[in-house]
Amino acid sequence: MALEAGKQAPDFSLHTTPDQSVGLRDFRGRNVILAFYPADWSPVCSDQLPIYSELLPEFRKLGAEVLGISVDGVWCHLAFAKHRNLRFPLLSDFEPKGEVARTYDVYRKGDGFSERALFVIDREGMIRWSYVSPIGVNPGADGILEALEGLSQGRKS
Amino acid sequence: MSRLRPPPNAQDHIQGRPDAPIQLVEYGDYECPFCGRAHLVVKAIQRAMGDDLLFAFRNFPLTQVHPRALRAAQAAEAAGLQDRFWPMHDLIFENQQFLEDEHLFRYAALVGCDMEQFAQDIGSDAVAEKVRSDFLSGARSGVNGTPTFFVNGERYDGSWEPEVLLSFLQQMRGVRELR
Repeated sequence: MALEAGKQAPDFSLHTTPDQSVGLRDFRGRNVILAFYPADWSPVCSDQLPIYSELLPEFRKLGAEVLGISVDGVWCHLAFAKHRNLRFPLLSDFEPKGEVARTYDVYRKGDGFSERALFVIDREGMIRWSYVSPIGVNPGADGILEALEGLSQGRKS
Repeated sequence: MSRLRPPPNAQDHIQGRPDAPIQLVEYGDYECPFCGRAHLVVKAIQRAMGDDLLFAFRNFPLTQVHPRALRAAQAAEAAGLQDRFWPMHDLIFENQQFLEDEHLFRYAALVGCDMEQFAQDIGSDAVAEKVRSDFLSGARSGVNGTPTFFVNGERYDGSWEPEVLLSFLQQMRGVRELR
């Protein structure tokens, strides 16, 4: 079972490029959409991530940044991001392989890659929504938008 | 999750009777080759279902992957302001390898647009907002790739090979008749 709403999101530090790393704590004060996906280049992922890229302006209006994360290496991520024109970081959960996916309980041991899992994490680092999609089904963005809107309404009241 | 929001309405481009028992809504991208194939499938389904089917098309251009998709969507919407949406929509899908401005303007002229007006509208804020609002309604409704179809408000995740989609729609039609 993936970590659920109400739990503190485990921090991590992962490479996004050969010489840059990103951690959850770098985003304190922002909401974070953490999108685990099985692999760069797989047909479903190739549709899923470009939709998030298109929605960046809406996500930012809702105070959120997107981080993609898979077990692929940084060079693979760079090529994939360039090919699909992705405009958000892809994190490399590569060494030890799948360690971050394991801490979020979304690693598929037999397969060696993660579930297709979404986490919405609030400004204080608390998981506010999580969802595991069937591996071959692109979850789209409706659940993320609803979760983020719930957070921003909560702040206003 | 994954219900169409909003349902087909006056903002939409619609073919068929508003009270048709089966309502098929497509979110599509003019540069997407799958949508090009789906265009032919929709035509076949429309022929087979006649008055039983309402069809609406909404824009879902993946602009980072398809650099001409947004402009093509804006061209279709601009033609729509002159009541030429559907012929423009057809012409664009039938020629989807050719989506540069020179082509889009030629298609607009072919379908009988007033070209001065079209040239103004294709780059207007109103047209850009219409396309963006289609896209956002799709994102909210759970569109997860192109094309995505909704049948009577529910996302259709099955195959859209013509026989499969048609038999699904006919079955739904039958179920409604039995009620």
